[in-house]
Amino acid sequence: MAFALSAERENELDQILSRYPNKMAACIPVLHLCQDANEGWVSADVIAFVAGRLELSTAQVKGVVTFYTLFNEEKPGKHQVWVCRTLSCALRGSEDILRHCEKKLGVKQGETTRDGKVTLRTAECLASCGTAPMMQVDKKYYENLSMTEVDRILDRLLYDGDA
Amino acid sequence: MLKRTDYLTKNYGKPDGWKLAAYEAAGGYRSARKALGMSKDAVIDEAKKAHVRGRGGAGFDCGVKWSFMPKESTKPHYLVINADEGEPGTFKDRTIMEQNPHSLIEGCIIGCYAIGAHACYIYVRDELHLSKERLWGAIAEAKAKGHLGARPFGKDYAVEIYVHTGAGAYICGEETALLNSLEGRRGEPRLKPPFPAQYGAFGCPSTVNNVETIAIMPTVFEIGGDAFSKLSELHGINDGGCRLFGVSGHVKNPGIFEAAVGLTLRELIFDLGGGVLDDRAIIGVIPGGSSCPIHKPDEIVDVAGDPRFEPYNGKSVLDLPLGVDTFRGIGSMLGTACAIVLSDAADPVLAYHNVMRFYRHESCGQCTPCREGMGWIERILDKIVAGTGTIEELDQLSDIANSVMGNTICAFGEGAAQPALAFVRRYRKELEDYVHNGGKNQTGTLTT
Ligand SMILES: Cc1cc2nc3c(=O)[nH]c(=O)nc-3n(C[C@H](O)[C@H](O)[C@H](O)COP(=O)(O)O)c2cc1C
Ligand code: FES
Repeated sequence: MAFALSAERENELDQILSRYPNKMAACIPVLHLCQDANEGWVSADVIAFVAGRLELSTAQVKGVVTFYTLFNEEKPGKHQVWVCRTLSCALRGSEDILRHCEKKLGVKQGETTRDGKVTLRTAECLASCGTAPMMQVDKKYYENLSMTEVDRILDRLLYDGDA
Repeated sequence: MLKRTDYLTKNYGKPDGWKLAAYEAAGGYRSARKALGMSKDAVIDEAKKAHVRGRGGAGFDCGVKWSFMPKESTKPHYLVINADEGEPGTFKDRTIMEQNPHSLIEGCIIGCYAIGAHACYIYVRDELHLSKERLWGAIAEAKAKGHLGARPFGKDYAVEIYVHTGAGAYICGEETALLNSLEGRRGEPRLKPPFPAQYGAFGCPSTVNNVETIAIMPTVFEIGGDAFSKLSELHGINDGGCRLFGVSGHVKNPGIFEAAVGLTLRELIFDLGGGVLDDRAIIGVIPGGSSCPIHKPDEIVDVAGDPRFEPYNGKSVLDLPLGVDTFRGIGSMLGTACAIVLSDAADPVLAYHNVMRFYRHESCGQCTPCREGMGWIERILDKIVAGTGTIEELDQLSDIANSVMGNTICAFGEGAAQPALAFVRRYRKELEDYVHNGGKNQTGTLTT
């Protein structure tokens, strides 16, 4: 079935378009909007939709999607966890945090738990170095992490389904 | 010298400190009102007197940059704010956007007026969801109050500010990559010239400024450019005012601290950062984001033939004031003034590996020396860390880094080559240890 947006999101799309002198500039914000509406990923249908609405070629939209790490070309888990692994976090123990997450979730970085609930990823510096180690869960930052705190967060994702 | 200030940070941590009421109670929006009553040239002159060196890393004087914008043109002008904060170790702009967003909005009004722009885009990296929310909130509040929109403060100079979002790519912090990304393209840097002031966003004259550079402008117009500049110990070498300093890694009290320019690394680490974690010894300090060279604490400042360095020659690098030209003078870089501290609990070889993995991951791939060079450096370090590297390969690291330096479209090349060279130079012995007997650290973790 072809991809479409809800009336509310269509309205948001119009608002986005109104901010720029041309349609192309809306490409990244509109891709975010559509990805959010499409269970967290950009399918071929989404690309066709965005290309149509912004009067771009699908090749151009696809080129944008593949350049940026936050556009998913496959469906991710219901929740996404990013553990920052860059220097300031690594100095404060992010390697242990990542290993702990891998063990607890039973997946390697880049993989999704078998029940589809959680995708575990690594991130590069998330501008939270003063509160390292840290991780991002969906749209929220968790800082100054301890292993107990990580356990609490992951348990909530696995068993209650909410961060 | 340590001299704390609180122009940007006074409302940090207070309940609702990011809202318009708190900002105006502390005198907010008086500066934009004042600036819009001045001539554009007078605004640029005042900014020049302040000697605000760009806080995004390159340290270019903000007033001078504004003056490069064409005075007469038929095309629209744009102010573009770089809020892509992604330089490893840097976390200052996020605090402004989350805790003092109105200072940025007010600064944008002043900046737009100075460069003849009626529209401003704030390019925020996607992950900073709270920052985006707070900025949109501040824009709505300022509009409702009549500070922003068709007639700010009743003056006939329309200003609109929009928050734009990225999608995860460090390179989009480079100003021309950012412009491409803003236009809806892949975030690949552009060749310069043409510079953004001639051909920037949407092919129109544009100025790209860092969040902090613009957020401090209301303070400049509040206290006056000259008085602002004189807050700094380095006022005499055109590095004015106060700025946000950060410290992370092995310190007891990591964080962001506002202080007058002139602060030293020793003061940042010990007086503001609370000292080294577990009172251990320092083995290395990166002054301002991982693109800067790493320094050892026993390095002595020795710049011959430059009178500006007379007061500092013979002192430890930890006692050199953190300034754009002071650090450039010793062959280093101030960058974002957010330092990363490594104590002797850290393995410098694994830290090196971590830093170079970052640059390999983030190279946009456009220029061959950078794309291939970063992969090559990482592969050699993979081998060295695994205990299978050779001395010949260790020697190649500097050669590869030198062939990236200066041979790329954008400054990412230098930003990656500088740490690549500095780590080999300063931790050669530790690297050789890995080659000869697998290194001191058998655990494989960066910090023991
Ligand atoms: C690879 C790379 C990444 C950069 N990242 C940022 C960044 O995240 N934020 C920023 O303000 N400047 C960044 N810069 C510097 C910008 O290109 C530009 O100099 C700056 O935004 C200008 O603003 P300023 O003069 O106010 O400092 C980066 C530069 C390079 C080469
Ligand atoms: S290094 Fe992890 S947030 Fe900066």
